[in-house]
Amino acid sequence: MRDYLVPEPENTLNYALVGSPNSGKTTLFNALTGMRTKTGNYPGVTVDRRAGNLKVGNTNVQITDLPGSYSLEAISEEEHVTTRYLRGELGDDNLDGIVFVADSTSLSRSLPFLLNILNLNIPTILVCTMIDECKARGGDIDFFKLKAELGIPVVGVVGNQGLGVTDLKQFFLEPQNWRTSSVPAFESTEQRFEWADKIVEKVLRHPISESNLTRQIDRVLLHPVLGILVFIVFISVFFQSIFTWAAPAMDLFSVWVSRLASYCSNTLPPGFLTDLLCDGIIQGVGAVLVFVPQIAILFTLIFFFEASGYMARAAFVIDRLMGWAGLEGRCFISLLSSYACAVPGIMATRAIPSPRDRLATILVAPLTTCSARLPVYAVLISAFVPDTALWGPFTVQGFTLMGLYLLGGFSAIIFAAIFKRGLLRGASLPFFLELPPYRFPSFKTITVQVMSRLKVFVRDAGSVILAGSIVLWLLLNFPQQQPDSNLSDLQNKQQQIEESYAADLGRSLEPIFSPLGFDWKINIGLIGSFAARELMISTMAQVYAVSEGGDGFNSFASVISKEDENGVKPISFASAMSLLVFFVYALLCLSTVAVVKRETNGWRWPIFMLSYMFVLAWVASFITYRLALA
Amino acid sequence: MPDSQKTLADLSEIVVAKVLTVLGDGPISERLREMGFTPNTTVYFERQAPFGGPIIVSLRNYQLSLRPSEARLIIIEGLSGA
Repeated sequence: MRDYLVPEPENTLNYALVGSPNSGKTTLFNALTGMRTKTGNYPGVTVDRRAGNLKVGNTNVQITDLPGSYSLEAISEEEHVTTRYLRGELGDDNLDGIVFVADSTSLSRSLPFLLNILNLNIPTILVCTMIDECKARGGDIDFFKLKAELGIPVVGVVGNQGLGVTDLKQFFLEPQNWRTSSVPAFESTEQRFEWADKIVEKVLRHPISESNLTRQIDRVLLHPVLGILVFIVFISVFFQSIFTWAAPAMDLFSVWVSRLASYCSNTLPPGFLTDLLCDGIIQGVGAVLVFVPQIAILFTLIFFFEASGYMARAAFVIDRLMGWAGLEGRCFISLLSSYACAVPGIMATRAIPSPRDRLATILVAPLTTCSARLPVYAVLISAFVPDTALWGPFTVQGFTLMGLYLLGGFSAIIFAAIFKRGLLRGASLPFFLELPPYRFPSFKTITVQVMSRLKVFVRDAGSVILAGSIVLWLLLNFPQQQPDSNLSDLQNKQQQIEESYAADLGRSLEPIFSPLGFDWKINIGLIGSFAARELMISTMAQVYAVSEGGDGFNSFASVISKEDENGVKPISFASAMSLLVFFVYALLCLSTVAVVKRETNGWRWPIFMLSYMFVLAWVASFITYRLALA
Repeated sequence: MPDSQKTLADLSEIVVAKVLTVLGDGPISERLREMGFTPNTTVYFERQAPFGGPIIVSLRNYQLSLRPSEARLIIIEGLSGA
C-alpha cells in the first residue's frame, strides 16, 4: 500500500569523491554535506568510504567520500576500497559522476591520476582545493584554460571555508553536461605524466613556490637534537596541564555532582530507588564525568597534531626506530592515533601496505595509552603520588603520568619488534610518505572534532557506564542483609557489601589477582572495566564511598587515599602501582576486541591479543607489586 | 648497472638532480612512478633522518619521505650549476 504522507523518493544522484591522499576530499565532503567526518593534515586519514546527503534545489544528491589513492593500482587495504568502489564491486549505487579532488598546489602530480579516472568514461568534474594556499605561495592557475585543456568543468574551492562550494553544487544538477571532449588513453605512467606536465605548463601563469613557513618550522622540528628537545618540552607541558589546568574545572564539576547527590538524598523519600539514584547512578556516572575537562585537553592536543602536518614528520623522525622493530613510519601514525582511542588507530592501519606490518601494528595498538585510561591513571596518581614540585610548574605527578604514557608507547614498539621477529617474520618493507606543508589548524575544525569526541565520552557515560553502575549497585545491595540494630548505619552498609553478590564475585577472582595485590574490591572494578575502562573508576567510587562511609559524592581520590585510625589506606601504595601497570598492559576494552575481529576477519587474533596482553599485564603487575612492597 | 650511476640515495651529495628512470616493474616501482618520479623530473634533497634513516626530497611542488632502500630504485643524474 502506498503511504501518501511520505513522498516518493526523488531520483537521487550519486557522486564519489576521488583523488590523491591529503588533497582535501573529506574537508570538501564535510563542507558539502554538513557532516563532521574526521579530517587531518596527513595522507591516509580516511580509510573507509562514507556517504552523505545534500539537496540542491529539489534534487537529492548523495556524495561518497573515498580513501585517497595515487592510481587505480591499489597497494593497501584502504586504496582497495576506492578501486573496488569505482569498479562497482561494492555495488550498491550507480555512480552518476566522479568529483575528482586535486590539491591545487601540486597539480602536476594529481593530473595523471585524473587521466586514469577520465578513461573510466564516467562523467567527471575537477575540483581544485586549497586555492587560497596556492595563491599565497605565488601560484596562479588559469582555470579557464585548464577547463579547455581537459574538456571537463573545473571548480576552485577552499574547503574549510566553504568557498566555491555553492558553485560546485550547481554542477551536481546536470552531470550529463560535464564531459565535452575525449582524452588520450596511455599505457604507461611516464606518458600520463608527460601529458600532465604539458597541461600544467600551459595553465600555470605563475609557478607555486615552496612553503617558507614549512621550511622554517622543519628547520627546528626536524633538527636531530633541537626537534626532539622541543617535542619533549611540549609533551611535558601537556601532561602537566592535565593536572594543573584541568583541576579547577574538575573541582567545580565535583562540587556540582556532590550538590546534586545531597539534594537527591535530602529531598527524595528514603528507599530502594533513592539509594540506587544517589549511591549508584550519581556516584558512578559522576565519577567518570568529572574527567570531561581532561579528556578535552587530551583530544585538543591530538587533533592539533593531526591537523598541523606534524604526524607525517613524526613518522619520518621515528622511522629508523620503527625499522629496527621491523615496521615502517606509517605504523607509527596508527600508534599515535591510538593514543586517542585504539579503535580508530586500528582502523588507520588500513593505510599500511604490508599485511604483516599491519597485523603487527594492530596487535600492539591497544598498548598505547588510550583516553579511557586517563581517568584511571589520574585518580590513582593524584591519590598516591606526592604533588611535589620538581622544577618550575612541573611536578612528580605530571612526570609519572608522562612515564605511563611512554611505557605504553615503548612497550608497543618492543612488542611489535618481537612479533615481527617471530610470529610475523618477513622482509623489511618499503616506506614512503608524503609530507604535507604545515597548516595552521582552523579553530572551528579542532573544536568540532573535540566536541564530537566529548559527545562520545558523555554518551558512553550515559549508557555503558550508567548501565554498569546500576548493575554494580544491584550486585552490591543483594542479597539484602537484615540491618543489625546494634550497629551504626555505616557499619550496616559495610556489612551489606561484605555479604553481597559483588563481594562473592570479587572474592572468586582472588586466586588470580591476589598475587598482584588486588583485593576483592579492586577485582570488582576489573570485571567492570572489561566493558569499558572508565567503569573501573565508577565501580571503585561506589564500593569505596560506601565502605569508607562517604556521604554523597566524595572526591574519589581523597577517599581511596584517606588513612583509617590505624594509618592504613584502603588501597596500599604497592597495590595502586600494581594496578596502574595492569592498566598499562591489559586489554580491557570490548570495542577493541570487536574491531580487531572485524579487521582480521575472525576470532584468532582477538583471542591471541587478549591472552598475550593479559599474561603481560599479570607478569608486569606482579613484578611491580613485589618491587613496591620491598 | 655501471658504478657511475647515481641513485636517489646519493642525492644528499648532489642536492639537485633529474630523474632518469625507476628500476623494476613491481608495485613499489610503479607507485614511485605514480608519485611523480618520471624521466626529467627535478628532485631536490631536503634532509636525512639521523643514523641512516629516511630522506626527504622535494619534487613536483611537494615533499616526500622515503627509505634509502626505495631511494636506490630511482636512478638520477646530477644537475650541474644548479
